[in-house]
Amino acid sequence: MVYLTRKAEFSASHYYHNPDFTPEENQRVFGKCNNPNGHGHNYTLEVTVKGAVDPTSGFVVDLKQLKDVMGREVLDALDHRFLNKEVPEFCTKIPTTENLAIAIWQRLASKLTATELHRVRVYETPDLFVDFYGEA
Amino acid sequence: MKAHLTRRYLFSASHRLHSDKMSEEENRLTYGKCNNPYGHGHNYMVEVTVSGRVDDQTGMVCNLVDLDGFVHDEILERYDHQNLNLLQEFAKQVPTTENLCIAIYEIVKRGFRKAHLEKVRIEETMMNSFEYAGENGR
Repeated sequence: MVYLTRKAEFSASHYYHNPDFTPEENQRVFGKCNNPNGHGHNYTLEVTVKGAVDPTSGFVVDLKQLKDVMGREVLDALDHRFLNKEVPEFCTKIPTTENLAIAIWQRLASKLTATELHRVRVYETPDLFVDFYGEA
Repeated sequence: MKAHLTRRYLFSASHRLHSDKMSEEENRLTYGKCNNPYGHGHNYMVEVTVSGRVDDQTGMVCNLVDLDGFVHDEILERYDHQNLNLLQEFAKQVPTTENLCIAIYEIVKRGFRKAHLEKVRIEETMMNSFEYAGENGR
């Protein structure tokens, strides 16, 4: 089993707000992330796939296919977007880094047919990242 | 859905690697320049990884304010700008980054209740790092 990781970067804005909370609760739980005008990050995405090395090609996965799927399914949808307003998943879910990692996994898992997704890691800043392994 | 969240923190401290159980010569052979009797320092980078279900109401594994507050009060206040050899946990243990990693893991494991601690990873320099995930960790 060999693991291969591909990185990508995207920039997006978001804010944290739960309509079930009062304004005071939103402020208390989410702090400055609750500013309704939003704020932004340069996100770094790491997608790790796993598999046996193909004896003919020497590849775990065709990198071009992985890059194309990441571009089409993730970067085209998220890069330079306001996540709360432009990405369907975040009409109902708060676009925390946790939910972003889960959404990216769900976008990729069904499209990566030739390999198995192992981990999605999303850096919101160099000091904060979330890993999702597809666990329920 | 279960996710893992990792946060990085920085602190600076000094230490000297020296074991009372070894002779001066053995200490020099084992620890090399880290055995310099005057000590030396590092900018340590600590990564704390916690896990848990992503809360439906908040979208979070745990509130970063709680994790930052705990690490600030219990780890950074304790270790930043200190001489590690003078701390109680290193009275009988050499303050290698392995032992520092275990000490920090134990403090977080014992005191932080808002999420499950997965592991502590420390970079002593850009060239070396250490991880501890508990006795039964991966």
